[in-house]
Amino acid sequence: MSHYYEENDLERFAELGRYRPELFEIFMNYYQNVMAEGALSVREKALIALAVAHTVQCPYCIDAYTRACLESGSNPEEMTEAVHVAAAIKGGATLIHGVQMHNVTDKVSI
Amino acid sequence: MLLEPGKEHLPEFFRRHRVELVCSLPYYQADMVDRLRGAGVFQKSLEALRRLNELGYGREGSELVLNLMANPVGAYFPPPQAELEILFRRELGRRYGIRFHQLFTLINMPIGRFEEFLRRSNNYERYLNRLAGSFNPATVPSLMCRHLISVSWEGILYDCDFNQALNLPLGEELPRHIRDFDLKALQHRRIRLAEHCYGCTAGSGSSCAGSLEG
Ligand code: SF4
Repeated sequence: MSHYYEENDLERFAELGRYRPELFEIFMNYYQNVMAEGALSVREKALIALAVAHTVQCPYCIDAYTRACLESGSNPEEMTEAVHVAAAIKGGATLIHGVQMHNVTDKVSI
Repeated sequence: MLLEPGKEHLPEFFRRHRVELVCSLPYYQADMVDRLRGAGVFQKSLEALRRLNELGYGREGSELVLNLMANPVGAYFPPPQAELEILFRRELGRRYGIRFHQLFTLINMPIGRFEEFLRRSNNYERYLNRLAGSFNPATVPSLMCRHLISVSWEGILYDCDFNQALNLPLGEELPRHIRDFDLKALQHRRIRLAEHCYGCTAGSGSSCAGSLEG
């Protein structure tokens, strides 16, 4: 193992079912149902997944959902907007906690 | 191609003879198309499609059939044909006012320049594995090579255009030239398969007329 993250490891995901396979099976069943066409299209779900992949900063998910977005007809412009949405929410979430910082500052200040 | 000097008469010629047209348009955005085909190609394609629309091609209910053919701009699979058609119809209509009848999708075959790209970009192995892993037995009865043969300009026979491009003529036990045409022998021939054939059998399949399954 030369790197913690190996590209080929993505295809080894099913190995997680080596122990307690029933848990993995339940997860996969849930996962596939979630990602299937529903009120949202597969294309829309792939864009959401791409945004979330960036916030959890998982290289496997970024790899998988970049491909999934392209394969469901999205283009780099739309994908970039999805990543900006993720960044905006993450940035906003950081900033809104500034109110807590104000609260603490106000509390301890004379 | 329709706009090249000396070929300006073609759209009108096609209209007069009610020729059904299939135009290649990999995507509905300039940057994606030009990356694949060269700078300015998208704009030229749009102009040609506009000209065809003006002549009545691609309009709803028109018998002047204008279909589009899309293939991915890289080492990935095309979206489901029906879904991409909805997207193309919406975006080509909204952005450029272009109309068409049907959209066909193609999987990129790992041969020729695309194979070179796959190897150069270190995508070959993963792409091939993906094709092989998506093998769908339901595509086999409709494969082009099961129903057609391909004839080169010199009359040499091939199982399909891909094999012709790869210079893989029919096996030695078969008629190998159009002058030796023998329907029975050709109908029951052994097809010359190779790795690239996984491009025809992956997912919902692929042929020169798009996805094999609706
Ligand atoms: S590439 Fe292979 S499977 Fe596809 S049509 Fe040709 S011979 Fe048949």
